[in-house]
Amino acid sequence: MSTSQGVWLIRGARPLDGGPADIVIRDGLIDSIGDGPAPPGAQVLDAAGLIALPGLVDLHTHLREPGREDAETVASGTQAAALGGFTAVHAMANTDPVADTAGVVEQIWRLGRQAGHCDVHPVGAVTLGLGGTRLAELGAMAESAARVRVFSDDGRCVSDAVLMRRALEYVKAFDGVVAQHAQEPRLTDGAQLNEGEMSGRLGLTGWPAVAEEAVIARDCLLTAHVGSALHVCHVSTAGSVEIIRWAKSKGWRVSAEVTPHHLLLTDSLAAGYDPVYKVNPPLRTPADVAALREGLADGTIDCVATDHAPHPVEDKETEWDTAAFGMTGLETALRVVQEAMVDTGLLDWAGVADRMARRPARIGRVPGPERALATGLPASLTLYDPSARDTVDPRAHASRSRNSPFRGMKLPGRVVATFLRGTPTVLDGKLA
Amino acid sequence: MNRHLISAADLSRDDALLILDTADELARMADRPIKKLPTLRGRTVVNLFFEDSTRTRISFEAAAKRLSADVINFSAKGSSVAKGESLKDTALTLEAMGADAVVIRHSASGAPHRLAGWVRGTVVNAGDGAHEHPTQALLDAFTIRRKFGRPGGEALDGLRVTIVGDILHSRVARSNVLLLSTLGAEVTLVAPPTLLPVAVGAWPCSVGYDLDAAIPKSDVVMMLRVQQERMNAAYFPSVREYSRRYGLDGTRMAQLPDQAIVMHPGPMNRGVEIAADVADSARSTIVEQVANGVSVRMAVLYLLLGGAEVQP
Repeated sequence: MSTSQGVWLIRGARPLDGGPADIVIRDGLIDSIGDGPAPPGAQVLDAAGLIALPGLVDLHTHLREPGREDAETVASGTQAAALGGFTAVHAMANTDPVADTAGVVEQIWRLGRQAGHCDVHPVGAVTLGLGGTRLAELGAMAESAARVRVFSDDGRCVSDAVLMRRALEYVKAFDGVVAQHAQEPRLTDGAQLNEGEMSGRLGLTGWPAVAEEAVIARDCLLTAHVGSALHVCHVSTAGSVEIIRWAKSKGWRVSAEVTPHHLLLTDSLAAGYDPVYKVNPPLRTPADVAALREGLADGTIDCVATDHAPHPVEDKETEWDTAAFGMTGLETALRVVQEAMVDTGLLDWAGVADRMARRPARIGRVPGPERALATGLPASLTLYDPSARDTVDPRAHASRSRNSPFRGMKLPGRVVATFLRGTPTVLDGKLA
Repeated sequence: MNRHLISAADLSRDDALLILDTADELARMADRPIKKLPTLRGRTVVNLFFEDSTRTRISFEAAAKRLSADVINFSAKGSSVAKGESLKDTALTLEAMGADAVVIRHSASGAPHRLAGWVRGTVVNAGDGAHEHPTQALLDAFTIRRKFGRPGGEALDGLRVTIVGDILHSRVARSNVLLLSTLGAEVTLVAPPTLLPVAVGAWPCSVGYDLDAAIPKSDVVMMLRVQQERMNAAYFPSVREYSRRYGLDGTRMAQLPDQAIVMHPGPMNRGVEIAADVADSARSTIVEQVANGVSVRMAVLYLLLGGAEVQP
């Protein structure tokens, strides 16, 4: 891939939807943004009509390797990421073995470097084996080559208040952040679908909003008490948005993410019991979707994170109760955000760059300068055509799995090219 | 009418009345010395039961056999399902055997929906998780209509039906609320608040917590089985307290209007939700419900499998 590195002239792109400009990339850096003569020997990419965004950063990806290579590998997952416009992903810790030691996080980090499609920042488990009883060696993971800063038992909630307090305190020593999967386990025993009209009608065990909100409220208070940093994974309810808004108003170091699917889809999709719509946290109501969009627009929710959760066909082609939780999302995230936030007038493209690149990089403590489009910064960027529109076909995805809830939906937009530090990972919508 | 019967919501008022009227005609035939009709000769009906339910399976089996269908009973226990075969593979197997209808009972809500996506034949829901049990609701409606002497073509308009017990986990309650309201009955649910879905307010019925208040205003009281293990999950403090507050005993039954009937889908917990003397009283329709189940299921199979006119 290093063969494509060199000088690039991206002609006529619109940085953050601004006026057309030529972007020159040299030696992995943005050399200039403006209009000038083509540098000699430059490869030219005609980007008329395309929006240029800083390379997107996903705080929440399941790459499944090691352990479930039938669902996804670091290579296939990062290919999917690049095709979705991402230049960095945070790989969640619920692999097999769990990413709870320096050895495992270094393995994932190294696999990411070898694949080269985007940067892979491993997330370390908070507790040993995601068991929820003893802290994993957070310091060793922080000091490993993977320099882990985000710790999460995602998929499981750190429900023990003392353990959560200790984790929040402990990570202060290396500027870490605990990313909580907020789900009170007793209130969600056997839960299948948002508790409300749909769960009652369908006879599926309800998943009450309070099970998420109660943990978020507790964790905000714990974070304030010990003066640490909390990140709330996949916020899904209107009540959660309110609690986070309140915590931020106090000046506490609380950040939050929302998934593309919670910005667009609702629990009524479960009516046919197709488990492609089964996800944790569950799809909620239109009122929740509206509150999440508003929260993302006003910055209460800091960023969009995919919670890309690939599963093989056999884990979804079952009864609803026995199906796996999760949806793929890397290859559709930006398009869904356009549909839910941009085309609705809630967010402009500068806002998208903030919520999908700058802020997640900051929360994830991604090393290096700010994610932005400016001369002298690393040329990690995404070229996106907002005027395209077509039907989502998961069979065409690079992800090894096909469990996209957007299957068959007509969505706007197309990622045309992605550059990682000057090297194209995607050109003309295909892997470079 | 839809090709499948998965939810009582699939049935329009006309659909439901057609089933009830057809069941009436078929029931008359049950009084003849030769009960069998040739209508479904050569058709195959599979009873696919992932949950033990002898009474429902036998009822469907009798219904299919009286229509001369070939019946295959597929019980999950001891079968390939117990060895980990997926529902989809089971469905494909049945498909390959040429099943014209699959009657499915499953512990997971929505299993019949999934099945309907994998087989070409007709799917009849014989109870799925806490979702629905539409043929139970049809036989209940049939029983009510007969007991109140309403002739064919008439629905249940104006009748007051009170359903009592574990609404939250009850597929019978869900199907009955949908079907009985479609047929014009006024349905009231009575249960401890813990055993009602949180959004029950959106259902086409009224809701109360006080059985004694509901009883004098009921033409029909339908008692649901309450599982004792609910007590362990703190849905109610004790079986005795449940029985005192929500059980139907002789004293409560005496407060019913004269014409009122008492129903139970079975199997009963005598002494818990229903006292033995109530279950065995003249108001009780429990045995009739079982008999009517066969006629109603015959009507469902007959209509869904597109049988010809009933030949009397």
